Amino acid sequence: MAAKYEYKLYDQPAWCPGCGNYMIRTALKQALEELGLEPHQVVISSGIGQAAKMPHYINVNGFNGLHGRALPPAIGIKLANKDLKVIAESGDGDTYGEGGNHFIHTIRYNIDIAHFVHDNQIYGLTKGQASPTTAMGQHTTLQFDGVKAEPVNPIALALTMGAGFVARGFSGDTPHLADLMKQAIMYDGYALVDILQPCVVWNKVNTYAWYKQRVYRLRDDYDYTDKHAAMEKAAEFGDRIPIGVIYKIQKQSYSGRFDFIKDGPPLVDRKLNPKDAEKLMRQFV
Amino acid sequence: MEYNVLIGGEAGQGMDTLSGLLEKTLKRCGFYVFTNNDFMSRIRGGHNFNQVRFSDKPLYTYSPCIDVIFALNEETIHLHDSKLKSGGMIICDDDIAKDEDIMHLPLIEASREIQDKRVYTTAGLGAILKLFGLPLDIAESVIKDQFSDKIARTNIEAVKAGYDMTDTRYPLKTAKDDNIIINGNQAVAMGAIAAGCTFYCAYPMTPSSGVLTFMASKSDEMGIMVHQVEDEVAALNMALGASYAGVRAMTGSSGGGFALMVEALSLAGMIETPVVVIDVQRPAPATGFPTRTEQADLRFLIHAGHGEFPRMIIALRDPEDAFYQTARAFNIAEKYQIPVLLMSDEYLSDCDVTIKPFDFDRIKIERHISGPEAVDKDGYRRFKITESGVSPRILPGKAEGQAVLVDSDEHDEWGHITESAETRVAMTDKRMRKMEGLAGEIEEPWPIGREDPENLIVCWGSVYGAVREAVETLMDEGISVGALVFGDIWPFPAKKLTAMYPKVKKLIDIEQNATAQLDGIIREEALIRCSHKILKYDGRAFSGEEIYNRLKEEVL
Repeated sequence: MAAKYEYKLYDQPAWCPGCGNYMIRTALKQALEELGLEPHQVVISSGIGQAAKMPHYINVNGFNGLHGRALPPAIGIKLANKDLKVIAESGDGDTYGEGGNHFIHTIRYNIDIAHFVHDNQIYGLTKGQASPTTAMGQHTTLQFDGVKAEPVNPIALALTMGAGFVARGFSGDTPHLADLMKQAIMYDGYALVDILQPCVVWNKVNTYAWYKQRVYRLRDDYDYTDKHAAMEKAAEFGDRIPIGVIYKIQKQSYSGRFDFIKDGPPLVDRKLNPKDAEKLMRQFV
Repeated sequence: MEYNVLIGGEAGQGMDTLSGLLEKTLKRCGFYVFTNNDFMSRIRGGHNFNQVRFSDKPLYTYSPCIDVIFALNEETIHLHDSKLKSGGMIICDDDIAKDEDIMHLPLIEASREIQDKRVYTTAGLGAILKLFGLPLDIAESVIKDQFSDKIARTNIEAVKAGYDMTDTRYPLKTAKDDNIIINGNQAVAMGAIAAGCTFYCAYPMTPSSGVLTFMASKSDEMGIMVHQVEDEVAALNMALGASYAGVRAMTGSSGGGFALMVEALSLAGMIETPVVVIDVQRPAPATGFPTRTEQADLRFLIHAGHGEFPRMIIALRDPEDAFYQTARAFNIAEKYQIPVLLMSDEYLSDCDVTIKPFDFDRIKIERHISGPEAVDKDGYRRFKITESGVSPRILPGKAEGQAVLVDSDEHDEWGHITESAETRVAMTDKRMRKMEGLAGEIEEPWPIGREDPENLIVCWGSVYGAVREAVETLMDEGISVGALVFGDIWPFPAKKLTAMYPKVKKLIDIEQNATAQLDGIIREEALIRCSHKILKYDGRAFSGEEIYNRLKEEVL
């Protein structure tokens, strides 16, 4: 794997042995390498949680912000410098719980970022409480009698909000995951990849074996432009769980809706001159 | 010479448009103008009014004493005729009142003849201008600038019709006009644009929305990214992302929205990323009085955010100050890599005031951004420990092969998570050392009146105008009085106050809040206690008259 993405002094992640995050990192490095991206060309914006530590373990620009807030800085970064490849990376609690409002609205904006959600259906760093994607009835370190709320279906939510790129990956299938990541990074608009991963310490239900038995790759003849088919696949989360690009269409990204961003230099490269504002004074005369 | 015109009616009757035409016409006639609004939080109905005060001398606040009332409904007459000065008059349409002492005119009938009933209030404008003997052509130029050709045509017909309905009662001479007329929100936005702010994101909230609206109106022309966010939590996080990537970014709200930004304010402190935030205050707690004014967020802003980190707070005193201070805020934010918080309020944000045109040559853009030279053999340390506490800042994507990492966890010099006790202390000290540099940046308060007064007033922000007018009146009476008006307020500039204090007999705190927040800060920072407090928290701004009267009754 490309050495350029390695932080020499920081290559000992604080993740538990066997954590799915290792494989997600491997896939991410592979995706970046195959896209020929240099460390300074990529930014990862993350929230808080085990997944959100990713910017510390991969040598690209990083904005490790607040819990639930991976997306707003990612939007700010992309709008400020359209030349950067921006990835938002966080867990299921971060994204679908604390950051739920940002998730919904970022889909509306269709901003050009790739969003990788490490979905292990449990809270890891706070020690095993239910996450928004934990199954109803599952016993946790907090929900002693089982979870009494129904889980979020992130794929269905993204589809109903009108997301143009919705995919599901599995940390146990890294070549496939790396390909999904590449497609998401290159997609001109908001691209969600919900990544199933085991939490080896806290989730005793959705284990590596549990996923392995259920996960299957979508067939090559699956039509990812068919929204009805996509909704059916979104609902398929039981004995069988599809992975792959569930829905993908082209539509105008947010930046493309502003001529001065689309046709001009990145905002960050703009030459600033106070005198440019002087012409605005006419309305006050 | 000074006159005050009140235009009152229900929300939706067009008082704002009319007072906008009147104030600009008066300005172009060479007068100084100060317009304030009193609005209810509703879109239709209720009672709203605008007061357009004008003079041949500069004005700093509004006055509650009225010369002319233009009543768009009967209620306006009942609510305001007690404020009418002797010799003052009430104008309205024939349908509203027919009393002998009221000048009732066929304004609606005129609008019917013009076949555009919306222009009835513009006919009133014509009548008002005629009362003062002011030329019609200036009003026509204002109307043409404001409206499209078709709408301008009927409005000009209406202003002429109204002009012919009355005689001149208070003849005035026009003078040369070199001024602009602008409100606080517009001045803040202009300051931001002049300073090179290319990213403004916010969630609409009265009374801060004017900044967002103005920025949005210039978005295409100036190439400014203006984004209406889903909530204020997103607003500050997004502004920080944009700033991290290298643009000058700003967000704003009123106190309730700022409350949602508090978590990200702490993030700004931790990741040492510059940002400018404006809090246009309104009465709280909670939803409070959405369309009214107060200065009760000072303590909140000084302490906002969990943990300890440096910040600067600047209270804006008038639209001119708002322009220059907003531009300055961006330089300080980038020089020290800190959040700079601006404090305005509904009164400052909504009042239209004539001031000198802004001098754009005075605005300097100082970015304090480093290039690849900041990368040494150990790589790039975004949080390098330095004597000043400020680390060289390079932008992501701008140094070949080099990553830029910021982290909300406690981090080492490279931005990586750490649990080290030594690093924690070193990083806290580094961050807080910036306060020492900031202490050298802060500006002492504006002095008003005598430099060695027996009675010294302290106040901050937008109370400036009313205090200034009160002090000037008291000085004319030979009273030994002066004032210090704080703009920079955190870190607290105590030098001037400390120097003046020994000769002061009465130290009077004047604020628009209930708990005398400035007095408390003076006690903490200067070990001085105010002997008197004049506080107001009814949601309405102090006028110069009110401060004068309360000083006379309670202090002098």
